This record gives sequence, C-alpha cells and structure tokens, in this order.
Amino acid sequence: MSEHAPPESDAADESVGTTETGVETGAEAVVAALENAGAETLFGVQGGAIMPVYDALYDSDLAHVTMAHEQGAAHAADAYGVVSGDPGVCLATSGPGATNLVTGIADADMDSDAMLALTGQVPSHMVGSDAFQETDTTGVTAPITKHNYFAGDADTVGDTVGEAFALSAEGRPGPTLVDLPKDTTLAETDREPGPAETPETYQVEETPDDAEVEAAARAVERAEKPLLLFGGGVVKSDACEVARGFAMEHGIPVATTMPAIGSMPEDHDLCLSWAGMHGTGYANMAITHTDCLVAVGTRFDDRLTGGVETFAPEAEVVHVDIDPAEISKNVHADYPVVGDAGTAIERIDAEMDRSPQAREWRDQCQSWQDEYPMAYATPDDEPLKPQFVVEAFDEATDDDAIVTTGVGQHQMWAAQFWTYRSPRTWVSSHGLGTMGYGVPAAVGARIAAEDDQQVVCFDGDGSFLMTMQEISVAVRENLDITVAVLNNRYIGMVRQWQDAFFEGRQMAADYDWCPEFDKLAEAFGAKGLRVDDYDEVADAIEEALDYDGPSVIDFHIDPAENVYPMVPSGGANGKFALSEDQL
Amino acid sequence: MSSDETPDQQTDARSDAEPHPEIPRNGLPGPSPDERPHPSGRRNAKGIRIDPEAEAEPEHRTAVVSALVEHEPGVLSRVSGLFSRRQFNIESLTVGPTTVEGHARITLVVEETDPGIDQVKKQLAKLKPVIQVGELDDDAVRAELVVLKVRGEEPDKVQAITEMYEGRTLDAGPRTITVQITGDQQKIDDAIDAFRQFGIIEIARTGQTALARGDTPTTPGEEPGHAKESDDDQSDEIQTGTYDD
Ligand SMILES: Cc1ncc(C[n+]2csc(CCOP(=O)(O)OP(=O)(O)O)c2C)c(N)n1
Repeated sequence: MSEHAPPESDAADESVGTTETGVETGAEAVVAALENAGAETLFGVQGGAIMPVYDALYDSDLAHVTMAHEQGAAHAADAYGVVSGDPGVCLATSGPGATNLVTGIADADMDSDAMLALTGQVPSHMVGSDAFQETDTTGVTAPITKHNYFAGDADTVGDTVGEAFALSAEGRPGPTLVDLPKDTTLAETDREPGPAETPETYQVEETPDDAEVEAAARAVERAEKPLLLFGGGVVKSDACEVARGFAMEHGIPVATTMPAIGSMPEDHDLCLSWAGMHGTGYANMAITHTDCLVAVGTRFDDRLTGGVETFAPEAEVVHVDIDPAEISKNVHADYPVVGDAGTAIERIDAEMDRSPQAREWRDQCQSWQDEYPMAYATPDDEPLKPQFVVEAFDEATDDDAIVTTGVGQHQMWAAQFWTYRSPRTWVSSHGLGTMGYGVPAAVGARIAAEDDQQVVCFDGDGSFLMTMQEISVAVRENLDITVAVLNNRYIGMVRQWQDAFFEGRQMAADYDWCPEFDKLAEAFGAKGLRVDDYDEVADAIEEALDYDGPSVIDFHIDPAENVYPMVPSGGANGKFALSEDQL
Repeated sequence: MSSDETPDQQTDARSDAEPHPEIPRNGLPGPSPDERPHPSGRRNAKGIRIDPEAEAEPEHRTAVVSALVEHEPGVLSRVSGLFSRRQFNIESLTVGPTTVEGHARITLVVEETDPGIDQVKKQLAKLKPVIQVGELDDDAVRAELVVLKVRGEEPDKVQAITEMYEGRTLDAGPRTITVQITGDQQKIDDAIDAFRQFGIIEIARTGQTALARGDTPTTPGEEPGHAKESDDDQSDEIQTGTYDD
C-alpha cells in the first residue's frame, strides 16, 4: 500500500471503545453518531484517508462488510436500505475510493433511496493542493446527493454525520455524503454527538392542505375511469397497506411504476402490474384511457410516461407527493396534494362521500388483461426461454422472496414474469439503470432480509461481468443468495435496440467471449451450475436454493429472445409494440 | 406454471386462462397498435392538457427570485450547479450577506415559462442551505451597478453624461475615465449606449439585486433583520428593525 505516514497523534496510540468510555477523537465521534442514529451494518473498503474511522470501528459493535469494490459497497448499502427501510451506510477512502462510490450514489439519488456515504479526505491543510489521492468529493457528488458536507471540525463532525443520516431518510429520501478529512477524524475531541436530527432549514410538509385534499377527493368521486398509479414513494413511506386498502374500498384499478413493484399484490384482481416502456399492455391501455389518474409518489419518469404529449391524455391528474418540486415538473397536476403518501391517501379517503362509479371501467381493464396477455412461446425445439426460468424460480421460492437484478432484458423479464406480492421484495436500478447492480444488491439485501427470506439475483451476462467480484464477499460471509445469470451471449437490450432501430448493425453487442460463469463461481468458492435445456431447469433451481451459501446458475438462454411489450422512447403508451414489426 | 409441467406447448404466463392460441415466435399476442382505441386528447410539452382549438406554447417571462440562504461555503456553487444541471435560463445572479449573521441573499433573474419559474423556486427551496425563496413582483425595488471605463479624450462630455445618469466618477486620468452608474436594467442599458460614443474600454455589470417594496417581506415569512434562532447577544450588534414598529 502506498500511503503517507499518518500524522502524529496521541489519540492514535490508544484505541478506546466509544460506547463505554466516551468519545476521544473525531473518528470516534463519527462512529458514535452512527450508533446513535441506529445504523447496524456498514459496507466499505479500507484506505489511507478513512483509516482513522476504521480504527474507531475496531472497538464498535457496528458490523462492517468489506466489499470487493466501492461501487459494490454503495449498491449494497442502497439495497440494504431498500429492504430494511433504514438508510444504508457505505464507506470509502479519498480519491479513487470516493470516485468508485459515485455510480452507486447517483443510482440511489435517481431512485430516491436513503443512503449515507462516508468518504475519507486528505488532511484539510492539503486540500486543494492535488495531494496524493485527493478528489474534490463534495464537488463531484454535489449534483447526485440530496446534500453533502465537508466536515472540517472534530467537535462537530459527529453531529454532522448524525444530521446527514437523518436527512437522507427525511421527506423524500436520497443519498447524503460526509467528506472526512483525516485531520478531523484524528483530532482529539470529547464532544459526544447528539441525537441524529435533520437540519432546521429542511422542513417537510407531512400533512397535506385541507383544500387540496377536498379538491382531490371530489375529482376521484366523479371519475368514471379512475386509475391509481403507485410510485416508489408508496413503498418508501410504508404506505402500501393504506394504498391497497384505498384501492380495494373504492374498487379502483391500480397500475404501478417499476420502483413500486410489490406495493400492490400482482395477483389481485385490481392490479394491472407496472406501466411504462416494458410494462404490461393492460396497464398502458388503462393509463391511456383513464379520466382521472391518481398518481402517488411518482416523479413521472420518461420511461413511464413515454412522450408526455400522449401520456394519460384525457385524465385529470391528482398528484400526491412529499416533494413539492415534483408537482407539475413533468406532467401537470390538476389536483396537487403535497404530503406523506399514507397520510394523504387516508385524508382523501376520509373526505370522500362515495366511491366512483367505475364498474364498466373495471370490466374494461379486465378485458384488456385478456386481450394483451403476458406470454411467450416455448416449443420443445427452441433454446431455453428466459421467461420460463423466471417463472420456474418464482414457483420454487416463497411469496416473500427478494429479487435483485442487473440492467437489461433480464431485468425486464424478472419484473414481468415474477408475481410480486410484497413491498421491498423487488430491488432494482430504475432511474439510473446501472448494469452490475444485481450482485452487490443481493449482498446488501441478504444482510437486511429476514433469515428465512430467500434472495435471488437475476443478472445478465454483461451485468454480471461488471460486479461479479462481489460473489467473493458472499462466499466469505456465507451469504445464502442465488444468482441466475440469464446468459444470452449478448448485451441483449442493446442488441434488441440495434435490431429495431439501427438496421441490425450489432456493433459491440456480442458477448460470446464471456467466461463460463459456473466455473468462475466455483473459483470464487461458490456453487456453480450450468443449464442449457428446459428439463434441467427445475433441478438446478432446487439444488441452488437448497445450497447453504452463494450459488450461481449460468442459464444459456435463447439469444434471440426480446422484451415485449415495448413503448419506443418518447412514444405513446397506448401504442406499445407487441413485436419488432410494430416498432 | 409449475416446473414439472412439460414446456413443450405454448405457455400462458400470467393468467390461468386457456393457453393463448397464437403466440408469435418472437413477440406477444394481441391487437396491433392501429387496431386499438386511442383517445384524441393531448398534452403540451409541459404535460398540460391542451385545448387543440386554443393551443399555444407558454411564453417566457423574466422573473426576479430572491433566496435567503445560509452563508456557508459551497452555497453559491450549489445554486449555480442546480441551474446548469436543470437547464434553467439564468440572466444574472447576485449574492451578498444580510444583516443576520450567517445569512446571505441570492437574487436571481431568470427567463422561463410560468411552470419553469415555479420549478426554479421549488428546486431552490429543496436545497438544504436555502432558508426561504420568494418571487418579487413588478413593483419591487431593483437595482444594478455598472462600472464603465471609457477613453479620457473628452472629459467634459463624459462628465455630462455621467451626471445625466446620476452616476459618479471613480477615476479620471489622462487616458481613461471610470464611472459607476446604478439603477434599473433599462437605465443601465441606456447609459451604456450613451457612453459608447467615447469608446468603452472595459465594463463590469453586477446583475440585478432587489427587495420587495414597503412592508412586504422579500421572501415569505422573512423576519426583518432577525435570524430565526436570533439570540440576544447577536441582536445587540446588528441593526434590526421590524415591520411592526
Ligand atoms: C453501467 C452501464 N453501462 C452500459 C449500460 C447500457 N446498457 C443498458 S442495457 C445493456 C445490456 C445489458 O446486457 P446484459 O447485462 O447482458 O443483459 P441482457 O440485456 O442481455 O439481459 C447495456 C449495455 C448500462 N445500462 N449501464
């Protein structure tokens, strides 16, 4: 390791437990703040500038999982947060450690996931001098964090870390970062951090305005074709019970966004599954024809809306969101309701005197389900279909099993062909679409999950190759996860677009040079399996699920299979294509 | 479907209904896009439902937005970063401390559509160091400062123009004269035009800064001269006033 010698410091001579004897250094204040805030597990990688914090962790009860790469640490912390509902914490050293976190921070930011990143920094007096392993981390991460801090004072660093932790979860969640110069963490201080509190300037309106609620309630009552659209905010604010209850009480069909998968049980009559680019035909038909769209906790991403000109073109929009800046950002809200999702739905419900008259509309939504079924052809002689693998896994696992994914076609099949029934069982990279999210997310999800909850990662060959080194972590920690690589020997989603929009010119999409993933898994010390045919699927899944520890199944699937339905970028949701010739 | 079922037939994934008769080898069954009903409604690019008869794109207008912020390092770069990242059209930005210790005021002039201006305000308010955001109405008190350096060949004429615009001479030498003019944007523009005849050598403009007129607080809920948590030791040192007295 090429490191500068750590500065002289009395505090470094003796390691003193933070909990028993109080705080003696800035680093101990950081650790004490994490303990106060209720953090349990941290994900990170060691390094020169963050060493004082790691040294303070030596005597702490906080669990630390060393990851193979800082990107893995960030994704693991993110997924830990999604599954547990509490902010995940990741650590990295200055410079390359911090920059390796960037993708994971940006991912959490786009998906509004609560997460705290702690980065080491060169000593304050060297900041700005291009010192060894110096990066302007607060500068680099300013646009992708909810807020970040440069902690220049050992006396306040503990409170800053507590504040950053609390802020990440408050209101609309998001990642926060505290940059910790080495002199701050090494410096002596006896200042115990106070309780983790959000800053005074960050005030969130939890309870919506009465007039807004009333107007929204009237709009829902008079609707003839009402549709609920649950977004990720419904899951994040733990409003699923309330939201489901509202749908069922008033007989309003529900579509979800991708991040909200699991907020409504997908096998419920009212559930149309998820809408958007690769969402179900029936959800997209419902969005196209509704006269009153009640959108809760969604930011109307373009992958959901297609072109806004044609999005829910006849609907009055009721938009419930905790973040006022989301109201009318992409789609104009006729009835804005600013507040916590659960509180807002309860208030609208209480304000409603009757349910909308929507029997015909419900029947219409039902018949769209029959007209546009999610299906695939599996004749004997063709290569294995990925959809079949996803369904077989769903069948073999419990209802509360957790799915994580990479990004690409496999992610879409995992979303389409698995029936999700509970919130926080779908863990994926939505807004940023980060290939390589799946394996580290499985590590984080496994640690946050209940012991008896299964964790399955659906990955693509390309995505797996990006972060599969985290399998080594799963082996070391003996984490019971199953990775299903849907291996089509292509970066398939790219190949699908090249076929559809670039005249089949498959530039750099061909991945037949990938290593044999089952053997790689074995090299890491995990269980490795390979499946080429339909009749091997069930046994392999059973063997992998039974194995106590990480296993990887390399499913060699039909390389030609594509994802449908598809709304082309910027297209109309109601004009989803069912095959390539309709694009 | 259960895993022991032979997958040699066509499979219907979602429902327990009959297996669908024709699943194309590559794609899904169902009526094609033109065979489906389509509503005729439409939204504009801002996602607002439009009346096709009276369709009009929203007009840009100029707005003066005032943000009271915590005066901490990085706050200006956060604000300017927000503007570049979100592609807001910014005309000018001024910043300076207020009488409250630890507070600064940022005055922004933006040219946007109404929904755009609304977004500017909401996105600004979301930033952690931003305490309050307000938009100033047309009768707000606004001022801009320009410092102009012109050739010194005709000092009397320069002096005359300077007086005409109620400016001040800051420096007069044999070769150059530097003056300052303050006022609203129109006055500054006019003054610059008037000075052109002498040959403008250099120019520095501040951009507009503004306060709401009279009793109206510049940002909603803003208390005159006090920090929210203003403690006694502070209020002794700084001049404060209230709108009430
Ligand atoms: C980090 C990153 N790089 C590039 C992309 C662009 N991209 C989106 S999907 C995709 C293909 C993914 O291939 P693979 O993981 O093999 O999954 P498949 O689509 O074949 O299921 C690519 C390259 C991305 N989303 N993320």
